[in-house]
Amino acid sequence: MYKGVAVIGDRDSIYGFVSIGLSVFPVGNREEGLEKFRQLCRGDYAVIYITGSLAAEIEEEIEKVSEQMTPAVILIPGVYGNTGKGRNEVRKSVEKAVGSDILFGGDK
Amino acid sequence: MARVNPTRMELTRLKKKLVTAKRGHKLLKDKRDELMRRFLELVRENMALRERVEEGLKNANRNFVLAKAVMREETLNTALMAPLQSLSVEVGSQNVMSVDIPKFDYKTRTPGENDIYSYGFAFTSGDLDFAVKSLADIFPDMLKLAEIEKSCQLMAAEIEKTRRRVNALEHVMIPETEESIRYITMKLDENERSTQVRLMKVKDMMIKENIEAKRAAQN
Repeated sequence: MYKGVAVIGDRDSIYGFVSIGLSVFPVGNREEGLEKFRQLCRGDYAVIYITGSLAAEIEEEIEKVSEQMTPAVILIPGVYGNTGKGRNEVRKSVEKAVGSDILFGGDK
Repeated sequence: MARVNPTRMELTRLKKKLVTAKRGHKLLKDKRDELMRRFLELVRENMALRERVEEGLKNANRNFVLAKAVMREETLNTALMAPLQSLSVEVGSQNVMSVDIPKFDYKTRTPGENDIYSYGFAFTSGDLDFAVKSLADIFPDMLKLAEIEKSCQLMAAEIEKTRRRVNALEHVMIPETEESIRYITMKLDENERSTQVRLMKVKDMMIKENIEAKRAAQN
């Protein structure tokens, strides 16, 4: 089955993705982001790219879809700098699986 | 300890249960180990890919900021208003140790490599072209990242579940069943002994009675 790819976040960080054919949903604040994100999860999207800063605000909502196969919610750095949250998520899943952070314990 | 009926039937049942539990424990342990191996492989790749994607996106973002700086906002908006290209992703799935992990394959609506430029070149700056190109270049990696990162998340969840099950079997289920089996065995043995003693006692009494009856007859 064919599904779309969505990008959600502040406008400046994501407007470029339009050009390569992704669906872009700029949101201004937390409430807007929350609502849009819920809507996207119900929609037919395989991957949702979300900026780190917005992801930090709607964490619980992202947690809810983490057990499903789609959509895959992937954090990307926004134009205002990398929050480092994306790497943190990877580290978290290592911790969940292994019980402790054995791979990236050294940095940060 | 759980209350069990010390009967032979219960004993057979428990023994069967123990065998199943031990077998399940072994299987789950194997599953956990294999999942862990795959997971660690995958998560290393995930981290490397993430670093690459983040670097690429940083570049792309920088290019977009540059493009925005030299162009008027309206021109930029118009340029990106009607995208030529549209992209869809085919979602397949692969089963790794009973975890369904996604496989993403993307397809663009038009095959043309230059369809990412949805604008005429007359009114836009070359910076925008660079920006769009850098984004298009990084996208295959982004999709790969999505696939791998999602797989990692799903596998992590499964590993956690499997580990719990292994631990529950190892530290609760199996010891408890063994304990129950021992209890029943001992109880049954004890019963047997007491029956034997009772029988011996009865026999003794019978013999005694016999002897006394004979003595009474003789007298």
